[in-house]
Amino acid sequence: MRRAALTTVSSVAGIVLLLSLKPHSTAPITAATDDGQSGSSGNSSAAAPDSGTTGSSGGSSDSGGTGTGSGTTTAAGARDGTFTGSAISTRYGPVQVAVTVANGRITNVDVVQVPTRDRRDREINDYAVPQLTSETMDAQSTAIDAVSGATYTSQGYIRSLQSALDQAHA
Amino acid sequence: MRDITAAVTASPAGTAAGLPLGLGLGNGRAAAAGARPAAAAPEAARAGLRHAEHVMGTVFSFDVRDTPTPAIRDALGRCAAWLHRVDRVFSPYRPESPVSRLARGELGLAACPPEVAEVLARCAAAERVTDGWFSSTYGGRLDPSGLVKGWAVDHASDLLHAAGAGNTCVNGGGDLRTRGEAGPGLPWRIGIADPARPGALAAVVSGTDLAVATSGTAERGTHILDPHTRLPVRTWASVTVVGTRLAETDAYATAAFAMGDAAHAWLDGRPGYAGLTVAADGTTWQTGGSDDLIRVLPQSDAA
Repeated sequence: MRRAALTTVSSVAGIVLLLSLKPHSTAPITAATDDGQSGSSGNSSAAAPDSGTTGSSGGSSDSGGTGTGSGTTTAAGARDGTFTGSAISTRYGPVQVAVTVANGRITNVDVVQVPTRDRRDREINDYAVPQLTSETMDAQSTAIDAVSGATYTSQGYIRSLQSALDQAHA
Repeated sequence: MRDITAAVTASPAGTAAGLPLGLGLGNGRAAAAGARPAAAAPEAARAGLRHAEHVMGTVFSFDVRDTPTPAIRDALGRCAAWLHRVDRVFSPYRPESPVSRLARGELGLAACPPEVAEVLARCAAAERVTDGWFSSTYGGRLDPSGLVKGWAVDHASDLLHAAGAGNTCVNGGGDLRTRGEAGPGLPWRIGIADPARPGALAAVVSGTDLAVATSGTAERGTHILDPHTRLPVRTWASVTVVGTRLAETDAYATAAFAMGDAAHAWLDGRPGYAGLTVAADGTTWQTGGSDDLIRVLPQSDAA
């Protein structure tokens, strides 16, 4: 289960990076991170993913926090700098990552915070953290504009990657 | 345009409900926003247009990368209206639609809106090219849906193009048409959903003027029938076809899915098209010479 939790977190991190690499307007962020809104819809699980593997088995509770970072914007619109994401609460403890972007590409991933309560935690981190880093580096090479897949229903769209892309750039 | 704005703003709560995705999205964007609010200004100047339209039982996503002009905004509104019109005319789920009345014999083809004859002709051509593996009947009843959605996307793409939007992506529920570029010098990059891992990608298709259609079981189960036996086809988890016009590309993806193992030889024999199959066990195959167009991603064993 711990491995499952960490791989889920790494998937989340990959998607964070995937989406945050593209320039987008800042207006809808308030809605997406608003405690009441994302908390209630997140916990209700009404449209929870239908798979146990990449679904909500792990870090599924929103800390409601906001990330921080500093950087500059390149001519292409991608922001350079180091960005620290929100700490994500998992049942094993908070997980938080920071990425460094140069010329629109991720050059480094730092794990700011992972559960380290016992030896088993640290053993897991020893292999999970490098994996997170490598998956993140993979994710940037797959930064995408749209998604083709089996036709989704209106309901299925809500949990689709295309929906996330639409939101990220809306 | 008022209804468009409503549709766009109605969905953020829905996205958050897709747990890992909504969570990641919020955090990632917060991080970027905290970084440099002032950066929004130059981006806004060249920002395109986005719109999601709920219609035909799915969602059509419009991604216009050109600087919005009144003509482009107007065309986007007409695209949305057009899709609803197509639904009213072609839906087999609406008993009063011309296609439903045609299927019941209550209406002759000549009495239907002219688009019906056009679509049925395109269906007949697709049936010929695919040796009957594409079919405009489902369960013995007239149902041109397998071609209509792609045809509607092509037309929407044309409407935007005629209004001066040369850099667009119109995604009709997972089957899409791109034009021009995603940015100056940048091809469009289309992720192909991994049928076994929701939210993950199996491949990336890159190019400028593309139609990309994927048939699969991930979203709605084994709904593709062998038109000859009328039994569900289980050979593939998904079949993706890349072409230029979505109407035919989408019909070919459905046909190739239905063909089972014969899909490989058929896809390899189609000039102007490329294909990718993902088997139930995750094994991928792509048409010869398509390595630059379709890049299969290494699959992590973590999931």
